[in-house]
This record gives sequence, C-alpha cells and structure tokens, in this order.
Amino acid sequence: MVRQTDLQPVAGGGLLDRRLFLKRGLSFSVAVALAPETLASASDNERLAWMQKPGEPFSNYGQPSPHERKTIRWTMGNSMAPGNGVSWAPLQDMEGIITPSGLHFERHHNGVPQIDPDKHQLLIHGLVNKPLVFDMATLQRYPMQSCYAFVECGGNSNAGWREEPIQTAVGYFHGMASCSEWTGVPLRIILDEAKLKGRAKWMVAEGADAAVMNISIPMEKALDDCLLAIYQNGERIRPENGYPLRLIVPGWEGVLNVKWLRRLHITNRPVMARNETAKYTELMPSGKSRQFTFVMDAKSLITSPSFGHKLDNKGLYQVSGLAWSGRGRISKVEISADGGQTWAEAQLQEPVLPKCFTRFRIPWQWNGKKMILKSRAIDETGYVQPERDALIMRRGRYGYFHYNAIVSWEISPEGSVSHVFA
Amino acid sequence: MFSRSLMLCFCFCLCHGVQTEKSGPNLGRAASEDLIKNWNIDVFPDGEGLPAGNGNAVTGKRVYEAHCLSCHGVDGEGSSADELAGARHSLTDNPPDKTIGTYWPYATTVFDFTRRAMPLNAPGSLSHDQLYAVTAYLLYLNGIIKETDIINAETLPKVEMPNREGFIQIGTE
Repeated sequence: MVRQTDLQPVAGGGLLDRRLFLKRGLSFSVAVALAPETLASASDNERLAWMQKPGEPFSNYGQPSPHERKTIRWTMGNSMAPGNGVSWAPLQDMEGIITPSGLHFERHHNGVPQIDPDKHQLLIHGLVNKPLVFDMATLQRYPMQSCYAFVECGGNSNAGWREEPIQTAVGYFHGMASCSEWTGVPLRIILDEAKLKGRAKWMVAEGADAAVMNISIPMEKALDDCLLAIYQNGERIRPENGYPLRLIVPGWEGVLNVKWLRRLHITNRPVMARNETAKYTELMPSGKSRQFTFVMDAKSLITSPSFGHKLDNKGLYQVSGLAWSGRGRISKVEISADGGQTWAEAQLQEPVLPKCFTRFRIPWQWNGKKMILKSRAIDETGYVQPERDALIMRRGRYGYFHYNAIVSWEISPEGSVSHVFA
Repeated sequence: MFSRSLMLCFCFCLCHGVQTEKSGPNLGRAASEDLIKNWNIDVFPDGEGLPAGNGNAVTGKRVYEAHCLSCHGVDGEGSSADELAGARHSLTDNPPDKTIGTYWPYATTVFDFTRRAMPLNAPGSLSHDQLYAVTAYLLYLNGIIKETDIINAETLPKVEMPNREGFIQIGTE
C-alpha cells in the first residue's frame, strides 16, 4: 500500500511530505491510520448486536454517543463560589476547527445567568446623538452575518509560565480557546444608527450577569469587525456563552467578548474597570505592567499526539493540531520532530480564515525512538510564534496572561507523550 | 482606521434624512433619560458616575467583616478569594505581591467593582454608604489613607494610588 518512495522524510525525525495523504485520497489515509488487527476484528461478525434489532427512536435534541462520555469540559470552580472559575475545551479529543457549543470553554466571574430573552435589552448611550434601546425581537429583524472566530481567554495556557512543564491533557493546558460560527448583527450598523459624536473614542461594554462585568474597547475596533452575536454554530447562543446576546470582538482577548451584553456606554476614555487594571494586565520584571493588550498573538499546538495519547507501534501517524492568530490569517505552520533542529511545513486545512482556528496536519513516521515534536505558527503579518525562552526573556514569568510560546511534546520509546520545555 | 470612520461620517451626512440600506433599518427605540440613569453604573477615574454617600474605614471595617472577610480573609490578606491588602513584598520581587495597594492604579475602580460585583453571594446589596465605607477600609488597610478619612464622590478620585504610573498602554499606542 505504502511505497517506500512516498516515505522520504522532508525533515528530521521522520516528518513526511504534507501532501502525502492528500495525493492518495481518503481511503489511503484511513488504511494507514488503522492498525491491521483492528481491521480484522471489525469484519469478524456478520451482524453485530445493533444490527439485529431496531435502533433508538428519534430525539428532540441529539446527544453524543455514550461511548464519548470522556469528551467533556473539565471544570474548575472556586470552592466558596462554584460559579466563579473556568472550564476547558477538550482540544485533545476534537478534530476540525469548530468547537461544539456544549464544549466551548467557559470563564464566568459569578455564574451563568438564566436570562429571559423577552426581558433582555441592549442600551447604547453616552457620546451618541440618539441613545437607543433594543429588545431581542427587534435585533432579530436586523441584517445578520456570520463570523467564524476563535475566542481565547487572555489567561489561556498560563501554566506555561511555571518553572516545571505541567503534565496534563492539551485541553486542560490550552483549552481556554474555542472556535465557533457566530451569527448576528454587525455592531457598526447599530453604532451608526446611534450617531456617534466626534469625541467617541471608546465603548464600555457591560454584561447582565451577577458580576455585571464591564470592559473598555477602542471605538476603532468596535467599528471594524465586532458583532452582536445571537447565534452560535447555528443555534441560539448557549447560556454559558452569553445567551441571548454576546459581543464578539474577533481576535481580541476573550474578556472583551462580553457575554449577556446589555449596555454599550460610548465614551472618550476607558473606564479603568477592574478587568483592565487589576486583572488582564501583565506585570513585567521591571515592575511595569502591559495594559490593553487586546490582540491574541499567533499560537499553535499539536493536539494529536499530545499528553495522554499513546503511540502503540512505530510507523505512520498523522500529526494534527490547531493554529490561530488574532492579527489575521495563519499563513504557515511548521513542525519539528527533532526538537527544533529542522522544520517541515504542515498542510493547512481549507478554509483558512482570519482570526479563526486553522487545522494543520502532517504525516510522520515514528521510528520508535525518543523524540520531541513542536509546532510553530506564522501569521499573515509575518509574526512568528516564539520559543518559550524568548517569550520569558521579554516578559518574565509573572505576567500570567498572553502565554503563546511553542509547545513541545516528548515521545518516549514506549510511545507515551509528555510535556517538556525544550 | 481613523480616516475610515471619517469617511463613514461623511457618507452619513450625505444620506441624512434618506433611508438607505447602508444606514440600517433604524428599529431601535429612543432610550429615556431614566433608563440610562438607572442602568449606568460606570465610575471613571475622574469621579464621573460616583453617587452621593460617604464612609470611613472605621465603619468600613464592620462592612468588611460582615460581607467580605469569609472569602478575602482577615485584614484582606486573602483566602478563597484574592489578597486585597498586606503585601509583604513588591512588584519586582520573586514572586511579586499584587494587592490593591501595590497594583491597582485607580481608587475609583475599588468602588466600581465592589458595587457591581460584590459580595459574590448578594451582588448589589450594599448601600452607597456601605460601599464608600468598605472602599475606605481597603484603602486604609493598604496604608493609603487614614482610618478616619471620609471617602465620598469628591475625595475618592483624589486618592493617589502608589502604582498609578505602573502601566504601559499597549493597544492604544
């Protein structure tokens, strides 16, 4: 099936031409992905149990297979306040670029409000000539569009700042990032209708949760590509992701994507809210802190293989992962299987969209020896995802937010995967 | 981008009074002054948005002990929730010690955040006097004001926070 001429490495550690699988088509890739024993056992029985009786009836809302019960968000709430905390998306168990709505990560400051959409309103006031209020039924009458965008918490991947590499699933380390099709009304339409005054330079967005979370966003961004999202992946946004209305601020820190949006205060200056001063600012070794670090810089990580996966045999594998950049499109993802000495270009799955997850893959022949896998994202602005040492050199180790260094996975001769700083 | 918004403005002027697709369907209701007044709880560093009322650290200590201590610990030293006061070392130490006193750049943020979000089990339940008092107590615990100093809409914006100049604005450069 696999000719030796196809298996010429293009970089160290057994990385193969990224087009290898694509040249041969889907049946080829399935054939090499499955071990021969698996194929044999699957064809043993003529009719397995579920083929010998009628199946389950229709359902009003489909649920994952009971065999996929391990694919869940891992949650971590404050012991004294269970609604204050996070849950992580299980990136290690997913493929493609869309995060199912029920697996989208969460960060709540004081729980998920159970909002009656008939009582929810959006108020726009401040430096506008026409202060306006909208109910949900009215917003539904506006022209809508979709935006495929990742949302990533500014604090995602913060375990990377620790002295020792954390040994946990990739989702538990980097899963405060998720990607959805968000559909709703472009914010600019509403702002134009409210008639901004000349001094309107900032917009303070506020949510209708128990924390009444608020944050300041520059008007330039508000008028650029922000969306008043009503739908997520084709259905109304889930309560934990902002039902019935969420502000989507593509490519920028998750905290700016205000859930349960109820108020936009147009101002000439930032409000200096707790979440743009005490939190979501990054203390540097000098004692000064970076503030208003809105853009989520390019990041990539290999999701398969990753921590917790086990390679059973040496031979062909498909390395798969995610890359994204808050500055635009991913232009290239490079993979190294020799700890960063040599790099090969991964295949990017189409469509490659700006400020959206991008799936990358590359075939790899593992020789059964210890080695280190890395991925490195480059975006269309030319920004290159940094090595950890370089990031820490610039920022120190106590900034907490905006960790986007290259992730390294060490494969042991036994085929287990661990997280290393390399 | 600035020129783009100028251009939009220009387009809008041209279309003024004429319903065009570009200007949107205009279905929003005019927001009343009462609605805006009731909903707008933003407090700015210059004091804009601060309500009437006042308090000092003496009364604030009682508010703190009743509503804040169970999560933030004795004297704001932290527990299940953030450390608020009593930093033992500075921002350049290893590790740094971030409290209201060492880190927060504006005193108005203490009032604003407490009013909108605290206490977690009953947000919005403290009176303005209680909020000024507990703000005063937190500033006092951090050695920024005296125990008897009155904190209100006039005095709070004037409180000088030690880390006021500690921030470099990245996204607005």
